[in-house]
Amino acid sequence: MSMVDQIVPYPKAVPLSMRGPAPTRVVVGYGFWLFLLSDIIVFAALFAVYAVLSGETNGGPPGAALFDKRHVFIETACLLASSVTCGFTSLAVQRRDTIVAYLWMTATFVLGAAFLSLEHSEFAQMSVSGNGPSRSAFLSAFFTLVGTHGLHVTIGLAWLLIMMLQVATLGFRPMVMRRFFCFGLFWHALDIVWIGVFTIVYLGAR
Amino acid sequence: MLGKLTWAAIPFDQPIVMGASGVVGLAIAAILGFVTVKGWWPYLWREWITSVDHKRIGVMYFLLGLVMLVRGFSDAIMMRTQLALAAGGAQGYLPPEHYDQIFSAHGTIMIFFVAMPFVIGLMNFVVPLQLGVRDVAFPVLNNVSFWLTAAGVLLVNLSLFVGEFARTGWLAYPPLSELAYSPGVGVDYYLWSLQISGLGTLLSGINLTTTILKLRAPGMGYMRMPVFCWTALASNLLVVAAFPVMTATFAMLLLDRYCGFHFFTNDAGGNPMMYINLIWIWGHPEVYILILPAFGMFSEVVATFSGKPLFGYRSMVMATMVICMLSFVVWLHHFFTMGAGANVNGFFGIMTMIIAVPTGVKVFNWLFTLYGGRIRFSVPIHWTLGFMVTFVIGGMTGVLMAIPPADFVLHNSLFLIAHFHNTAIGGVVFGAMAGYTYWFPKAFGFKLDERLGKAVFWCWFIGFYLAFMPLYALGLMGATRRMQHYSDPHWQPLMLVAFSGAILILLGIGLTVVQLVVSIRTRERRRDLTGDPWNGRTLEWSMPSPPPAWNFALLPPVETTDAYWAIKQQGHDSAQLTAGPYVPVHVPRSNPTGFFLSFLAVVLGFALIWHIWWMAIAGLFGSLAVGLVQAWRTDAETVISAEEVAAFYGKQAPEEIAA
Repeated sequence: MSMVDQIVPYPKAVPLSMRGPAPTRVVVGYGFWLFLLSDIIVFAALFAVYAVLSGETNGGPPGAALFDKRHVFIETACLLASSVTCGFTSLAVQRRDTIVAYLWMTATFVLGAAFLSLEHSEFAQMSVSGNGPSRSAFLSAFFTLVGTHGLHVTIGLAWLLIMMLQVATLGFRPMVMRRFFCFGLFWHALDIVWIGVFTIVYLGAR
Repeated sequence: MLGKLTWAAIPFDQPIVMGASGVVGLAIAAILGFVTVKGWWPYLWREWITSVDHKRIGVMYFLLGLVMLVRGFSDAIMMRTQLALAAGGAQGYLPPEHYDQIFSAHGTIMIFFVAMPFVIGLMNFVVPLQLGVRDVAFPVLNNVSFWLTAAGVLLVNLSLFVGEFARTGWLAYPPLSELAYSPGVGVDYYLWSLQISGLGTLLSGINLTTTILKLRAPGMGYMRMPVFCWTALASNLLVVAAFPVMTATFAMLLLDRYCGFHFFTNDAGGNPMMYINLIWIWGHPEVYILILPAFGMFSEVVATFSGKPLFGYRSMVMATMVICMLSFVVWLHHFFTMGAGANVNGFFGIMTMIIAVPTGVKVFNWLFTLYGGRIRFSVPIHWTLGFMVTFVIGGMTGVLMAIPPADFVLHNSLFLIAHFHNTAIGGVVFGAMAGYTYWFPKAFGFKLDERLGKAVFWCWFIGFYLAFMPLYALGLMGATRRMQHYSDPHWQPLMLVAFSGAILILLGIGLTVVQLVVSIRTRERRRDLTGDPWNGRTLEWSMPSPPPAWNFALLPPVETTDAYWAIKQQGHDSAQLTAGPYVPVHVPRSNPTGFFLSFLAVVLGFALIWHIWWMAIAGLFGSLAVGLVQAWRTDAETVISAEEVAAFYGKQAPEEIAA
């Protein structure tokens, strides 16, 4: 990027804020952090709405009657494990070890897909039994909060596939490395959001 | 095949709408035809439409705002005409269902498609120049943001001719905006155009925040940034924090309308009041997203035209950041009447009064900057002084309404309308006009006509007072907002005064166009060859006007605030800053991604509004394909050789070559 042309080493006495434009790697990572923050604010709004509406069951079943904690536990385990494999992917990418990176990417994809299919089966079961999102305000909020997380995981999986293709076609060039870095941030952020969902929606169900 | 779209969607029976659509259609056809005949398309495509240069994108944003100002103002003058007529037995010329669309469109357009493009455009143009860098952090994304905003604009304008617009007011409160009460496509037009343009705004906020925090010239620590950059930082932080709430809220309303969810419905446990809370958690910061950059522009103008450094730089920065934070804890003052209870209302009332304190700090800083300065009464300082008087009045009526018992009387009255126009016109519009006049010579290399500029100012200034002071009185007399007709004929004289003010503002807008045309036609003799026509203080004045694509051949060293002023004080001038030695510079290559994405966003939005599902799927997958093509682009940059850079400055300053 153009900004890096003139970067010269600075003596330690010069504060970081005065050393001129940051390198592209830092700029891209920083921008993506800001995007993640904005994304987390979307979830914050959905969490707030869920908190307000969670008691509004409109005569329908409350959360405690609908959620299968064992099912959700396996779901959670899949997602948390995928964060570990995503971490190993990052390490392999840093070493530019293509084969190992592909192995961990595949593991991450499989675990993420398992999470999604478990979530899908939960949603399908609830909808079939007449407890879809239109049943009550509580279920509207539930399906939207959990579904928005699921949508993010879906996007994450698509992104992971694209990254596999990018490594195959473009190799580990700086541009691809930066995207891997952002992908890692994204995937871990989804884990953090899920911990909120698991705690507030499932463990907190009454 | 075409969902809900039939010939009935075209309002053939409404002569006003058909006439307006016809004129707009003819105007667009004339412009497109003219561009085609002149053969300008390749140039426009290469240098503007696909440009990722922050300066070009800034200019396009501003132009978009100007065009939409005409549209938004047409709505305004239609409303004022209606209210000047519809007293007592008279019903005026606009039926209620049309009038409702007009005030909804007016508010939506003025905030999202006039004020936002003005402010974002000026930030885009100025911030990288003031920071002493070559572009924003993500140049391609910047182009995408602009075109997404343009996509929203196109959808809103389409609603004029195909279908209808929302009749719900500019924030589309449920339950009125729910499917049960608004079964038409109006609310869908509203929601999808704002979802699309809101995404653009969010991306632009991320982009500018990253730029300000991570890309500054060597030596430019935080406390050496120009105040405009600080206010832009505060504004964009607010964008990043507030716009996601808007997106989430609109998404929930869309789910209610499209999928039968029950977030904000009256039945099944839904809670309409929750929407009002959520939308104002976005909406109040939005007010500051618009006004803070305007404050920054006034700060730059005041310092430059007083020939003095800004008084109290540190307190100005502090005040900006305090406002930035407090803006998130005042949202409930928009609906004290909701019945949240005395304690809640009391808290938000007090917070609202507290936010007036940092604003007052700023006003005093501007006054003390003027004090003892050698003030040049040029056009930008006119807008600034007009702003100071007007905004203080608007601020005080705001503090008045921050008292919950007073608000119970004034809520949704014309007093409120007068208050927020007092701050929005007196603050944001005056700021945009000051910034436009101030930075125009930087963008195009010649000054705008001074005499016409002053005429524009006086039209707006006097027009504003004539148009809105009567509304304060009418509000106290009991006139409510959003009324198409009133039965008390005693209100009519004041309504007529307000109408005359609107005519004067119309004259001001007309003169703005005249000023632009006259200035372009006489540009040769108003050319500014120095790059520093106002004797400026910040780095954007250190380069030739218009600036080259790379902004700075070498990143300028910064040792203090008012960096360029300091350089001038040391006896240097801009020629020395650009004297070389030159190095090749990397600049980002033009990129059509934003344009294509925006086109597909319009297709997607239109399809969703009219329930044309196959077209929606096509739009979605089309966008995905465009994104994938972009992901595999590896030629993002191009290099401008050192010789080319040198030649540019050689042409600008021939004596330097000789030296």
